[in-house]
Amino acid sequence: MAQVSMTVNGVAVSGDVEGRTLLSGFLRDHLGMTGTHVGCDTAQCGACVVHVDGQAVKSCNMLALEADGSEVGTIEGQATADGSLNTIQQAFQDHHGLQCGFCTPGMVMSAAALLKDNPRPTEAEIRHYLEGNLCRCTGYHNIVKAIMAASGQDVGSIAAE
Amino acid sequence: MPKDSGIGASSKRREDVRFLTGAGNYTDDINVAGQAYVYFLRSDIAHGRITSIDTSAAEAMPGVVKVFTGKDFEGVGGIPCGWEVTDKHGAPMQEPAHPILAQGKVRHVGDPIAAVVADSLEQARDAAEAIDLDIEELPAVIDMKAAAQDGATLVHDDLKNNICYDWQLGEADDAKVNEVFANAAHVTTLDLVNNRLVANPMEPRVAVAEYSRGTEDYTLYTTSQNPHVIRLLMCAFVLGLPEHKVRVVAPDVGGGFGTKIFHYAEEAFVTFAAKACNRPVKWSASRSEAFMSDAHGRDHVSKIELALDADNNFVGLRTNTYANLGAYLSTFSSSVPTWLHGTLMAGNYKTPVIQVNVKAMFTNTVPVDAYRGAGRPEATYQLERVVDKAARELGVDPIALRRQNFITQFPYDTPVALTYDTGDYHGTMDKLEAAADLAGFAARRAESEAKGKLRGLGINCYIEACGIAPSNIVGMLGARAGLYDAATVRVNATGSISVMVGAHSHGQGHETAFPQVVADMIGIDESMVEIVHGDTSKIPFGMGTYGSRSLAVCGSAMVKATEKVIDKAKKIAAHLLEASEADIELKDGQFSVAGTDKSVAWGDVTLTAYVPHNYPLEVEPGLEETAFYDPANFTFPSGAYACEVELDPETGKVSIEAFTAADDFGNIVNPMIVDGQVHGGIGQGIGQALLENCAYDENGQLLSASFMDYAMPRADDVPFYGVDHSSQTPCTHNPLGVKGCGEAGAIGSPPAVVNAVLDAMNSGGKAVDHIDMPVSPSRVWAAMNS
Repeated sequence: MAQVSMTVNGVAVSGDVEGRTLLSGFLRDHLGMTGTHVGCDTAQCGACVVHVDGQAVKSCNMLALEADGSEVGTIEGQATADGSLNTIQQAFQDHHGLQCGFCTPGMVMSAAALLKDNPRPTEAEIRHYLEGNLCRCTGYHNIVKAIMAASGQDVGSIAAE
Repeated sequence: MPKDSGIGASSKRREDVRFLTGAGNYTDDINVAGQAYVYFLRSDIAHGRITSIDTSAAEAMPGVVKVFTGKDFEGVGGIPCGWEVTDKHGAPMQEPAHPILAQGKVRHVGDPIAAVVADSLEQARDAAEAIDLDIEELPAVIDMKAAAQDGATLVHDDLKNNICYDWQLGEADDAKVNEVFANAAHVTTLDLVNNRLVANPMEPRVAVAEYSRGTEDYTLYTTSQNPHVIRLLMCAFVLGLPEHKVRVVAPDVGGGFGTKIFHYAEEAFVTFAAKACNRPVKWSASRSEAFMSDAHGRDHVSKIELALDADNNFVGLRTNTYANLGAYLSTFSSSVPTWLHGTLMAGNYKTPVIQVNVKAMFTNTVPVDAYRGAGRPEATYQLERVVDKAARELGVDPIALRRQNFITQFPYDTPVALTYDTGDYHGTMDKLEAAADLAGFAARRAESEAKGKLRGLGINCYIEACGIAPSNIVGMLGARAGLYDAATVRVNATGSISVMVGAHSHGQGHETAFPQVVADMIGIDESMVEIVHGDTSKIPFGMGTYGSRSLAVCGSAMVKATEKVIDKAKKIAAHLLEASEADIELKDGQFSVAGTDKSVAWGDVTLTAYVPHNYPLEVEPGLEETAFYDPANFTFPSGAYACEVELDPETGKVSIEAFTAADDFGNIVNPMIVDGQVHGGIGQGIGQALLENCAYDENGQLLSASFMDYAMPRADDVPFYGVDHSSQTPCTHNPLGVKGCGEAGAIGSPPAVVNAVLDAMNSGGKAVDHIDMPVSPSRVWAAMNS
């Protein structure tokens, strides 16, 4: 067991973990922050994407100890201080960018990372960026549309709602 | 103008807020104080006899609570099958035992042999490695046609062969069918494979159970589409528990697509072990474990023959299908290749003579059961591929050939046991032709060709049977369950409403759409109505969500219960207004006396129901009603789809350039949600057509057991989709006139994609009349260069 400390959504946290404990496991099992989901065991699905020092990271593919001293952001920290949805979250609701909700935390965290680097991505850039996030419900249509809308683009011409 | 609330409005989903903020409550988010963890030791070979199993070393490992083997489950029931199919000779299907943990033999990679319960998952997993196991490997039964031969190795030693049933539907007189084909002006024949798929909802399966010695109560939290069905099956057939002592909760569920309908061994195991260990027990599947334990889908090998007369009218259809059931019968597996498949072979066409033959096979593979569409995609794929091939052979337009053979008179009795109530196949095709701009295809093809690419257009139609179905009919067909649903409408004193429903929402948006209906009926704000689902201790006995049935069946129960509430409320209002009940009208949340300005508000009536001081003596206090609804027929959504692909002849790479769906779902409650359902189905259908394949080698090793090997569709594999739902012929026999929309996209899209690929190849001068799914670049390149 080793002690690990980090900030998660701006709050200092620490815990004793095994060397093999993954960041996703630390968040879910040690901190009880179950918004970060684990949908696979080969770092393919992206349901577990969080931000580590500003970078989008698959938290199932990083040891908790590797995040020692880092600033971690999770889906629980995305809403604004009064609890209302942030721009990306609101766009996902407005454009029906989620169905079962399981991939959604990873999608929102990936979208936030994309828009930070590329504030007005094209459809093709969004689709390419989301290669590491699987969704089985939406056929991606409304996810791509929501991210375009969140970046301030007019999505009215995309025929279907 | 689009409506902004009630039926027909694209109300934003209220469930989204918790999902978007990490506040969802999925089964793996549930941890019970003191819980232990189970790890299943699963077979790594396809077929073998367990000669010895020694768990003593494992039991001595740190943290181990108990190690279970098949011996612990002797005398415990096995997983039941919910549908008994009768073969074409009148004999019942062969129905092998399906133990919780292997008894003597292992029959597929992933078959659970032993289970280790320990303080932590890591300890359980480490201890499982210390189990000393000897298995005598037996030849694996993988190829279905070989499995059907006399003398083939038996998957189940106590069965007479590997054929679960040899089933037939439609024209039973072979001579008559032969005569139709002999007299046909043209016969088109096609051999094809409907590739095995894995549903892969993004949330892997999880089960957590707890038991109280003090009260003898169990609670099972599980990733299920139908918690009451799980409770009934597990209590009555597996563990022999009284239902009232077992609570099954399916909280937020991260997608189902059919694969979370079924009762699985792991659910029964944790429930059993929670008592045996006197500790809560939790199981969470890894994705790799899901690949080898979730029921798979599809996996048919078919030959289809279409006979046409000299005027290109369809005069006969014959199919011969081998359907893979895997090693055991999963809950509804036997119904999929039969009553959910053969009955759909008429499609949208008035073919007078149809004969469907299905041999369902046991093999040493994971059990196969319903996956989004369940039998209907397999039927549609065969039919729409052979119709397209016929058009190519005859040199006629594929849309014209379809239109010429459309059913146009309703109700229509098919030769394969269904009565279609409504539809407008020409109208829907008209919508497709406009929405997909088919008139502009030639120009788009020219643009692609200018870039050195080939462009193809694929069209198909589909019909599906949803809202399954009258219990008395499905009972005659072998269903061992009723297929009604139920809803309880509980009006609170201040007028807000909780509706407890048997349907389960795992992405479908019931929590938003169902209240739209109730609020519309009463004329109150949607926010005053809430849906309660997924907990057997709260909801009436309903059959859950699958087969695109929730709104058509459970929604109808909800309407009936709401009507009962309104009827009673009118009695109370009549008393308050000192008027005759017959004169009371309800509009916009106000009860009024017809022709007067006297009225009383919904909230005043509901309060009176619970504070019955000034109250009609003959009426019971309170305002809560339950209805069970058993439909009179299936519903029959239909549609026409168009896919445009661009094919790179140098590499064989296919890209989907456009995909358009025109569906007739009857009336629509929430258009936004319906569009989303179609998008998702199309995404899965494109996945099947281009990418996904669950592959076994000849030894029964599962080659595609992770997302590294199983190609899920990703965001850049698909385009924006066009959808048009303006063709609406309401269902004639349910109160909402709705048909169901959940599976259409997955049923209608694979043939459109493959037809488009073939069109592209043929446009390049290569006469290719068949390619199997998934249409990978290597397959396309091979076909182009053969």
